[in-house]
Amino acid sequence: MTALLRTDGIRKAYGGVQALDGATLEVAEGKITGLIGPNGSGKTTLFNVITGYEKADAGDIVFRGKTITNQRPDKVFSAGIGRTFQLSRIFPRLSVEENMLVAAQHKRGKHRARARELLEFVGLERHAELPAGSLSYGQRKLLELAYVLIADPAVILLDEPAGGVNPTLINHIADRIRQLNASGTTFLIVEHNMEFVMGLCDSVTVLASGTVAASGPPDAIRTDPRVLDAYLGSDVEDEPASPEEAADAER
Amino acid sequence: MTLSRDKLPRAGGLIVLLALAIAFPWLFSNPAVTNYGVFAMIFVTVASAWNLFSGYSGYISLGHAVFYGSGAYVMGVAAKAWHLEGTAVFELLPLCALAGAVIAVPFGLVALRVRRHTFIVVTIAVFFIFQLMAFNFSFTGGSSGLSSPFLSWTQASFNLSFYDIALACAVGTIVISWLIRRSTFGLRLRAIRDDEDRARGLGVKTMRVKLSAFVISGALTSLIGAVWFYYETQVQPQTGFDPLFDLTVVLMAFLGGYGSVAGPVLGALLIEPGTLWLNSQPQLSGIAEIVLGAVFLAVVLFVPRGIIPAGGEWITKLRTRGKPAVVPAVAMTKESVPAGTPGGEK
Amino acid sequence: MASQIYQAVVDGILVGGVYALMAVGLTLIFGVLDIINIAQGVLVILGAYLSYSLSTRAHIDLFTGLLITIPVMFIIGVVIHWAFIRRLRGSERTSMTLLVTYAAALIIEGVLYMLYGADNVQLKASYTTSSVHLLGFYLPWIYVYGFILAVVLVLAVYLLLYRSRFGRTIRATMQDETAARLVGIDVNRVSALTFGIGVAVTAVGGMMYGATNAFNANSGYDLISRLLAIIILGGLGSIGGALAASVFMITLESVVTIWEPTWAIAVFYAALVLVLVIRPQGFFGRKEVRAQ
Repeated sequence: MTALLRTDGIRKAYGGVQALDGATLEVAEGKITGLIGPNGSGKTTLFNVITGYEKADAGDIVFRGKTITNQRPDKVFSAGIGRTFQLSRIFPRLSVEENMLVAAQHKRGKHRARARELLEFVGLERHAELPAGSLSYGQRKLLELAYVLIADPAVILLDEPAGGVNPTLINHIADRIRQLNASGTTFLIVEHNMEFVMGLCDSVTVLASGTVAASGPPDAIRTDPRVLDAYLGSDVEDEPASPEEAADAER
Repeated sequence: MTLSRDKLPRAGGLIVLLALAIAFPWLFSNPAVTNYGVFAMIFVTVASAWNLFSGYSGYISLGHAVFYGSGAYVMGVAAKAWHLEGTAVFELLPLCALAGAVIAVPFGLVALRVRRHTFIVVTIAVFFIFQLMAFNFSFTGGSSGLSSPFLSWTQASFNLSFYDIALACAVGTIVISWLIRRSTFGLRLRAIRDDEDRARGLGVKTMRVKLSAFVISGALTSLIGAVWFYYETQVQPQTGFDPLFDLTVVLMAFLGGYGSVAGPVLGALLIEPGTLWLNSQPQLSGIAEIVLGAVFLAVVLFVPRGIIPAGGEWITKLRTRGKPAVVPAVAMTKESVPAGTPGGEK
Repeated sequence: MASQIYQAVVDGILVGGVYALMAVGLTLIFGVLDIINIAQGVLVILGAYLSYSLSTRAHIDLFTGLLITIPVMFIIGVVIHWAFIRRLRGSERTSMTLLVTYAAALIIEGVLYMLYGADNVQLKASYTTSSVHLLGFYLPWIYVYGFILAVVLVLAVYLLLYRSRFGRTIRATMQDETAARLVGIDVNRVSALTFGIGVAVTAVGGMMYGATNAFNANSGYDLISRLLAIIILGGLGSIGGALAASVFMITLESVVTIWEPTWAIAVFYAALVLVLVIRPQGFFGRKEVRAQ
């Protein structure tokens, strides 16, 4: 098994707070990797550093054998790493279909057909003409996933795809991820919903205080005492009750 | 391309409007009225040109007078230098547009590095620099400004011809604005307005997109500024680089519907005749500004998104009365629930 | 030559102090409300006209008159906030508020024009024409008094912000409005009072401006363009930056005037453009954290 994406000793500090303290993890090609950990353990920061939205103080990011540390977000994206945000960053005043085309760089005609296809795939085709701002929370997550897909990324980083989404839609999202994975897309997923992670991922990495505390298949992680330590032993408060609070806390 | 049933009445409506616009000076041949017509067309052009940059990208420029005044001055200076007169002066129009484009490049490269408040203030600062230059350079004629070359048209044909020229500029600008709006370029501009950083992260070359729109907008504004100068027969620093100019244009765009193609056109048609009339009443001096300010406040507070979007929404509401506007997208996932995927509770 | 430059520097520092006061009001409003108050310039002129009326009609001394004009300007600020600013929400709020304050400026300018006409006036008192000879410099008394008053008031604003309970709520709101709401701060009230304070300082600025320059209803444009350049150079929302940038810019202008009186004001904008090319967030500003 080869690692499609690897981070190597990533360090990142904000003022005096060490958000990432030598985070090293591997995302295996063709697999779904889960990234869990208590609030403030650095999951979103790691996403931001990988995708170039923030700069690492130290460490390396290797994608397909090439170092892509601290490249600009658009370079990372065109290299084949797509991502979604915890608070979906859609374009609210563009229509749903237009959202799909922002990331489409060439040959508009071909992309239009592909955009329709992807909207059908995520189940938003009926809303194609509506302004994206009128979509529900969960629909926005689907739209963001769909418009990232149009660039055919090799790996997609999902930041809490199930957060704040109703159970039916969660199943729908999980199903779509599985289908995409079956056709070759690799995933790295940050998620608080344990059942979602354990049911979906091939391998799970636990982040605590900016470093990897444990890593392995879901069943092993479930029983790993280090994981319990990571959650209970940290000085961070309990998991927030709702995704809105989580969003506020991480903002 | 075939016209669908939906598009046919729309196209018909546009043809009627255009016919009315062309017929206008023949229907109302009084020169005082045709003067209103010329100015209305000038400002339809300016508001559309402003909107195709600011309205689409969300970067509010309060420095478009820089282009307007530069267009006027370039025409004045060039005509003087090359001793041009009469209709030959119109051959300078492409040069004036080019001047606007050339000014827009360094202007944009500096101003478009910053966003929101700072961008607006930088455009104001550049505006003041240009006004100051117009006041203090010798080739601009200082505070007395420049007079246009002689044009031997009769009073009647003068207004009519300028109306046609301004109308052509207006139609051209509206068409450009419409083409941009439905192009990928326009899509990227509007994506920048919604979330610039995300658009950039998705590979949109944001600086190039913004700058291109700024250059197109600047060139069109300079072009119509030159037309205005030849029509007005003179330009002074405080008329070419008028601090109220941009505010009026922004008001037009906001009143009609900022970011739409038709909004600024409607706004200009409503506001320009009003301001002209107010300014033509000597006993009302000072009131014009108060009225402009008050209308502006009313628009921003009561129809913040403009007449056209608000009206469109109102019509949709009437049509869909009783029916839910949005069908929830969740229900359809039933059949695709895979066995064994756990439900949502934490 | 050298003495001319010294004199220009001293003048620049004295006048810069007064600009600092006006700029602090503007940058404070920005910090708390995320608004650039374009009307600040014409409000200064309104303050000047208030002082003018008090001194010509009621024969009240310019400095004594401030006891009346400061509260009046404060109330005007609160009313503008209550009537217009408070109502604006949504994604276009930035541009909307800017345009609203611009519109308010137009209305005030129109009213002043109707009341006072287009002729230039200047505030007069015994100390506006006499000078004091100090350490080899000729210092007009009005500059000295004005500078002292400006320093006192800037200090007062500083103490209010950093040494009082109310100041803490203002600073909390500046840093994070949502968090401020969560800990029970009445953000609307804080905003209104801040807007009031930011506008109240224009009473002093206006009196000083009117005593050292001939002005009419149009003079607001010149002022606001300078003030905007100053607060952007200092970094939007930074009080210290506004102080430093005021003194620096006015001194620079005053020195350049020795050689190039007509282009001195261009130095202002040129410096602004230059600084933004190198450092988009200004001298002291953080990156625009509230962008988006």
